[in-house]
Amino acid sequence: MEKIISLRNAVVDYDGDTVLKGISLDIADKQFVTLLGPSGCGKTTTLRIIGGFLQMNSGELYFDGKMINDLPAYKRNINTVFQKYALFPHLNVYENIAFGLRLKKMKESEIKENVMEMLRMVNLSGYERRSINSLSGGQQQRVGIARALVNKPRVLLLDEPLGALDLKLRKEMQIELKKIQKRLGITFIYVTHDQEEALTMSDTVVVMNHGEIQQIGTPEDIYNEPVNAFVADFIGESNIIDGVMRADYFVEIGGVVFECEDAGFGTDKLVDVVIRPEDIKVVAPCKEAIVGVVKDVIFKGVHFEILVETDDFLWKIHSTKSQQIGARIGMSLQPNDIHIMHKLIE
Amino acid sequence: MKSRIIALPYYVWMVIFTLVPLILVGIFAFTDSETGAFTVSNLLEISKYLPTLLRSVLYAVVTTVVCLILGFPAAYIISRLPEEKQSTVLMLLMLPMWINFILRTYAWMNILDANGFINQILMFFGLKPIKMLNTSAAVILGMIYNNLPFMILPLYSIMTKIDKSVIEAAQDLGCSDSNVIRKVIIPLAIPGISTGITMVFVPSVSTFIISRMLSGSTIGLIGDLIEQEFLGLNYDPYVGSALSLVLMVIVLVIIGIFNQFGGEDAVV
Repeated sequence: MEKIISLRNAVVDYDGDTVLKGISLDIADKQFVTLLGPSGCGKTTTLRIIGGFLQMNSGELYFDGKMINDLPAYKRNINTVFQKYALFPHLNVYENIAFGLRLKKMKESEIKENVMEMLRMVNLSGYERRSINSLSGGQQQRVGIARALVNKPRVLLLDEPLGALDLKLRKEMQIELKKIQKRLGITFIYVTHDQEEALTMSDTVVVMNHGEIQQIGTPEDIYNEPVNAFVADFIGESNIIDGVMRADYFVEIGGVVFECEDAGFGTDKLVDVVIRPEDIKVVAPCKEAIVGVVKDVIFKGVHFEILVETDDFLWKIHSTKSQQIGARIGMSLQPNDIHIMHKLIE
Repeated sequence: MKSRIIALPYYVWMVIFTLVPLILVGIFAFTDSETGAFTVSNLLEISKYLPTLLRSVLYAVVTTVVCLILGFPAAYIISRLPEEKQSTVLMLLMLPMWINFILRTYAWMNILDANGFINQILMFFGLKPIKMLNTSAAVILGMIYNNLPFMILPLYSIMTKIDKSVIEAAQDLGCSDSNVIRKVIIPLAIPGISTGITMVFVPSVSTFIISRMLSGSTIGLIGDLIEQEFLGLNYDPYVGSALSLVLMVIVLVIIGIFNQFGGEDAVV
């Protein structure tokens, strides 16, 4: 796949803090890429570098193979959808969307055609004369999206654009954004701290923490094969427990040796083991299973969350079947449900 | 009902110190100084002061325009500084205003004097001294100096309300720096511009003492004239009232015009 944006060794210091610790990132054309991580991980900083609102202390930014470190924001073929919409309060909906086209000195008839098409796309036809302040948050963000997309950028940057919307609207907008991205064939770079949002919408997810990239991969990869405990913990719920690699393909967890799919960690090596709560099978207590006592059962709608206590760990299980509190149960694991990772060195 | 009782002292204050004097000015303006009968001759007599009146308006317009030209970029720059620095700069801006303006104008007399600060420097370098004091430029300079903060402050307060992301959005959509100012900052700052113009123009058009001090009493402005009609050699409160009335009408008309642009954020 063709690269449209490449970031090389990007370093950003802010007041003596290193916000980005030399990250490198390639973004393929026409993809939906999400930068995911907790607040302060450097994801917005990365976006602002690409948008041209922030200068790196060192590093290079390439667009279509050309270095654009010194190209000001207004000359980049990139547009941004801002977190708090950042619409022009002195202009109505139509003029907000037409803003970029007017700067390009486009003919009035063409401007009208483009703006109307965008309004149709974001389901705001008939709103063109409305003032910005009379719109709801969701409508304002649609205007923000239309205002950016009407310029037909090669890359659209979205900085937590749905953060201020309520859950239902956010879900609707996620699907709409994904549709728009597919239809227009524009590269989307999307910043969010919401892992579910990232998994739903993205072709590629870039997980960041402490100014470093932790993992780059498809949503399935990131979810099923997290490279370290941070990614595993951040993407969905998981049990992260100490384990010992007894040999290649064999790991001891909670005193029980399980077959697994990982090798190359060495013998008797301490590792992090990640097990998703939905992958644990409840069985009768036996030698081949980890045995524990049910401490609590919480009804979560689709499933029950069962908390099971063993000697040194509190397990979380998601199951459609409830268990009796205080009961002794066994937890059985299949080889492909066990994810082995090197211990994070902090 | 309760709020009315709380507001009562203000009503009394306004009636005694605003409404009554205004009515008195109105009555005096239309009263014959000898017979006490109704007359418009006071207003007609003003025609001989027409050049002074026009000069006052002209000086006030120049002052306002220069204050706007100087104040707008200053306010913009201050509003984009880091917050700690903003308060320091604003403090420096306000500091001279704690000193009586007559004293500050005296300082300007010293600076601009034939043997003053600037000319001494010029002469030190072997240059000819320049006549600066007692010129119209000196008067306008004094007016600008005294009024500039009143332009900067309302502009600054409106500009701090402009979200940084709105400016970034404009750049993102293709605005160069000059376009950002033209297409975003100025339109959003209009209420501040309108307030600033009002706050500078109104005191400028009725200013007195500054002109007398910096022009050596050679240039009279309408404010000085009104003062003389009440306290000075040309004692005639009837003509003075008529002059005040005309000035007030001019000011009201101009404020009215600017409020058309100012929207809800404008003063008055």
